[in-house]
Amino acid sequence: MSASNPTISKKPNWFIQFFTSTIGRKLLVALTGLFLILFLAVHLIGNLQMILFDDGGKAFNEYAYFMGHNELIQIISVGNFFFIILHIIVSVVLTIYNRTARPTKYAYSKPSANSSFSSRNMIWLGSIVMIFLVLHLVNFWAKSKFGTVEQVTYDGKTMHNLYALVVFEFENPVIVGIYVVSMIGLSYHLLHGFQSVFQTLGINHVKYTPFIKTLGLIYSILVPLGFALIPILMYIKSLS
Amino acid sequence: MKLTLKVWRQSKPDKVENGKLISGGGKMETYQVSDVSKDMSFLEMLDVLNEDLLRSGKEPIVFDHDCREGICGMCSMYINGQPHGPQQGTTTCQLHMRSFKDGDTIYIEPWRAKAFPVIKDLMVDRSAFDRIMQAGGYVSVNTGVTVDANEIPIAKSTADKAFDAATCIGCGACVAACKNASAMLFVSAKVSQLSMLPQGKTERKTRVENMVAQMDAEGFGACTNTGACSAECPKGISMEYIARMNREYYGAKLTSNNV
Ligand code: HEM
Ligand code: FES
Repeated sequence: MSASNPTISKKPNWFIQFFTSTIGRKLLVALTGLFLILFLAVHLIGNLQMILFDDGGKAFNEYAYFMGHNELIQIISVGNFFFIILHIIVSVVLTIYNRTARPTKYAYSKPSANSSFSSRNMIWLGSIVMIFLVLHLVNFWAKSKFGTVEQVTYDGKTMHNLYALVVFEFENPVIVGIYVVSMIGLSYHLLHGFQSVFQTLGINHVKYTPFIKTLGLIYSILVPLGFALIPILMYIKSLS
Repeated sequence: MKLTLKVWRQSKPDKVENGKLISGGGKMETYQVSDVSKDMSFLEMLDVLNEDLLRSGKEPIVFDHDCREGICGMCSMYINGQPHGPQQGTTTCQLHMRSFKDGDTIYIEPWRAKAFPVIKDLMVDRSAFDRIMQAGGYVSVNTGVTVDANEIPIAKSTADKAFDAATCIGCGACVAACKNASAMLFVSAKVSQLSMLPQGKTERKTRVENMVAQMDAEGFGACTNTGACSAECPKGISMEYIARMNREYYGAKLTSNNV
């Protein structure tokens, strides 16, 4: 038996107490996750212009120019980077902490009897997304910010021809494959993550939870599918 | 029927030092039992095995049990990879051998969690739950004349919800099932049961703050909403109570006077 009964000796300030508690830390994961969910939806709508319009990328390039030059969007974009990093740090720290809560493993365990695959593998599904993010940022974001991208002029306005860059990247079947696999990972991450956010926020109610779960299912399938379709369709187009 | 049992045997207790669990060491031992009737409860089957062990001069398997009718929450056993075995909504003492087939191999292990050190074999120390209750799981009542039971009106729906939470027997299956060894289902049931009723509302903010702080101090993990706890809970306590506790906790941290 344990001789030393855990007691709460010195209490830090309430604010620190909150954000170091298990519930407070999980709230950070949920809030940043929710922000990323909103970000993904906006990002997808913007990107779909590449396959919806057959205009040589005019609509997409103008949209990208607007996003890159609007001040409010720039502030949100810095926030976005910060939230992704916060999401990763807090969730990794929390996952490690949670592992220490069970130092001796079971000899035989049957977790599939009581929980979903996604819910048990969030750290690995998130890691797939993280590797993808690094690759994705190197491929597009870093090139458009720091590299040389060819210019294009619409109605007397000169801007980066990001569409051409995307067309070029997606001629490579390896990159297309990596994108598709990553989106499967993202889909599973969201299958648990979407509805989990609301539970963490304290929203679990007979009136709303069924709707949230259905919406989460639709979102987790459609959004990654939309993202995966872009490289697939552009690759097919590049073949002809 | 005949069964092969693989049972965790541990003679020295686990120790907790500086927040780390030092295992007492142990291993899975294999036993054969025959003449098991389908109508026996799981604990009766173990009683039979223990009598065999005693007769052959071996140490019987230590396991916790008390009421044997599903209300005390003592019979903590991780059976074939699930707390309280394969049947949902029952404790180990209510699990019958008809849930198994002749010739089956059954794995029996203690709850595994840093906050539940093994005392011996299948028996674990669940006093962490008691300390969480001491931290706030009560209602302070000044003594005086007996008050009429129906003096304070309570809506039937509220009473029902509070009662659902109160069916928690504190067995620890939620912790055992959770991949994070989180005690959130237990703590949320206790927090909700008290804070939903008028008598418990006075202390609700301090209660949830203290109980969560004690839960964290005991070394239980954080909830990641896998739902394993609720699926394995012998009383079917809903995840709704965890959401409710989250709300209680956010509200208390924002508005209580405890700085
Ligand atoms: C665009 C990318 C991402 C989105 C939209 C996203 C979304 C989410 C959401 C909604 C949650 C649920 C929060 C909750 O349960 O309250 C979550 C949890 C989590 N995420 Fe992400 N995430 C992303 C990237 C990542 C990355 C890169 C990692 C890095 C390893 C990661 C690791 C985790 C972990 C470990 C959890 C907690 C798991 C759990 O509660 O079971 N995520 N994520
Ligand atoms: S022995 Fe009391 S609940 Fe099983």
